[in-house]
Amino acid sequence: MKIATRKAGYLRPRSNIANVAMLLAIAYFIVPIVWVFVNSTKNNEQLFSTFSLWFPDKWSLTTNLNGLLTQDGGVFVTWFKNTIFYSLSSAIGSTLVCAMGGYALARFSFRGKTFLEASILSMVMVPATVLVMPLYLMLSKLNMVNTVWAVILPSLLSPFGVFLIKVFIESSIPDEILQAARIDRAGEFRIFWQIVLPMLRPALVTVFLFSLVSSWNNFFLPLVMLSEQKFYPLTVGLAAWFAQASQEGGNSILFNLVITGSLVAVIPLIISFIFLQRYWQGGLNAGSIK
Amino acid sequence: MKLKQSITAWMFMTPFLLVAFMFLVAPLGYALHLSTQTDTLVGGVEFVGFENYITTLTDPIFLEGVKRVFLFGVIQIPIMLALSTIGALMIDVFNTRLAKTFRLIAFMPYAVPGVVAALMWGFLYSKSFGPFVGIFESAGFEDFNFFTPAVFIYSMSNIITWAWTGYNMIIIYSALQGLPREMYEAAIVDGANQIQIALRVKLPAVKNAILLTAIFAIIGTMQIFTEPRILSRFTNAVSLGYTPNIYSFNLAFNQSQFNYSAAVSFTLAIVIFVITALVLSFTRRKARSAS
Repeated sequence: MKIATRKAGYLRPRSNIANVAMLLAIAYFIVPIVWVFVNSTKNNEQLFSTFSLWFPDKWSLTTNLNGLLTQDGGVFVTWFKNTIFYSLSSAIGSTLVCAMGGYALARFSFRGKTFLEASILSMVMVPATVLVMPLYLMLSKLNMVNTVWAVILPSLLSPFGVFLIKVFIESSIPDEILQAARIDRAGEFRIFWQIVLPMLRPALVTVFLFSLVSSWNNFFLPLVMLSEQKFYPLTVGLAAWFAQASQEGGNSILFNLVITGSLVAVIPLIISFIFLQRYWQGGLNAGSIK
Repeated sequence: MKLKQSITAWMFMTPFLLVAFMFLVAPLGYALHLSTQTDTLVGGVEFVGFENYITTLTDPIFLEGVKRVFLFGVIQIPIMLALSTIGALMIDVFNTRLAKTFRLIAFMPYAVPGVVAALMWGFLYSKSFGPFVGIFESAGFEDFNFFTPAVFIYSMSNIITWAWTGYNMIIIYSALQGLPREMYEAAIVDGANQIQIALRVKLPAVKNAILLTAIFAIIGTMQIFTEPRILSRFTNAVSLGYTPNIYSFNLAFNQSQFNYSAAVSFTLAIVIFVITALVLSFTRRKARSAS
């Protein structure tokens, strides 16, 4: 997982076509995000009466944020906390599971290993959302639906993460280091904990971030599994408010809250993006190995 | 020593194996089991073998959903991947601040939850909240509506293109960054221009990365759920079986047909698996005969 083997870019565009194309693309990708930001500063009446891509004369951002905190007894705060809890526990858990599995595949030889590797690669191809309905049917039989476990535990599965860690260990943790530790009679778990994990750091961050985003953004799984508002993550909660707002029609105060809530839901990830760019791109690079 | 190694390895594998068994193997097995039964008020639970699958494969609603996502993919995926590839080639070559900004902004939608992306575009498409209807109308399209059944499929492809183009672009860009520079320095000496280098040297060298993005895109497209589910509030285009996943969801939650829902999910999983395998073997064979 070398992040860049040579410096990015070596030319300035000679024609303007490339510049114009990039400017248009930037505009395309940023318009929806700008729209959310601009419209979270409007009250309900301004939403309909002012130009949709510019700020109103009088900002209502604080009123909207206040509404977000108080609507339905402050349930939005619960959703936000749930999202953080679900995505952090899924990310930490799946990173650990992947690190252990990837280590076993990369640095041990054992019977059944070839078969295991082949099955993990084919698991990457199993469409995740197709599993959701069968999983629901099974967990409802076990009385586990509508619990936090039904959302967190399935997110621990990340065959791609195991594969990524394995590739990373093979290319950057030499077997000699592990053998030397074994000669020094270090226990296997101590070797893993004190030698392998610290050297794995860049790959761990990547697996952690991808897992974090995928559970932060997940909708289908929690929608199917959870039936009580107090367990909802932001995605399911916002969808529920939006459904309610559309039923109530154009005057619903909830439209403002859905828009402001959407802004609040994307800010943490966008900030993490800007600061952790290096790790994101490192992970995607590893994906293209092979 | 050998045995000890084996035991340690399996110990490290255990958490993954447990999770994979509980949340992948077991649910698929259970769904398979459910799908061979039927549950009626009169007859109770009864074993029916492949009957649910025969029903699925001849169910016009299911087939229409599969056809819809398939056609959707045939149009949307090539457009998206072409844009991603062009973008990747540009940020690989240019070192201006504009190119860096473009790289960052194009990747940003990946951080936006599908639900929020669908909501934002839903608002942008709507006549009362967004600017686009007005723009289209002043361009001469009278009474333009993004939510009529005929237009909605394009409105939806735009959302998915917006969300995933940058992600795919970064995968292809990373592969381009991994290419040794000597590879095309010779071509530069020979007087090839950048476009020739991009087409003849770089593209063939990163075709595996492009293939990877294509496979992820196919798998994702066949499972579309969030966008039509959220936007069904704005449009009447989203029918009971608009996409296979929407159908499976509605069967279980609105019609309590759990056994049939399981059969639909299982069939969809197999359809996706087969399509992915076909794409893989087709491109592998082509690559082998070319070399």
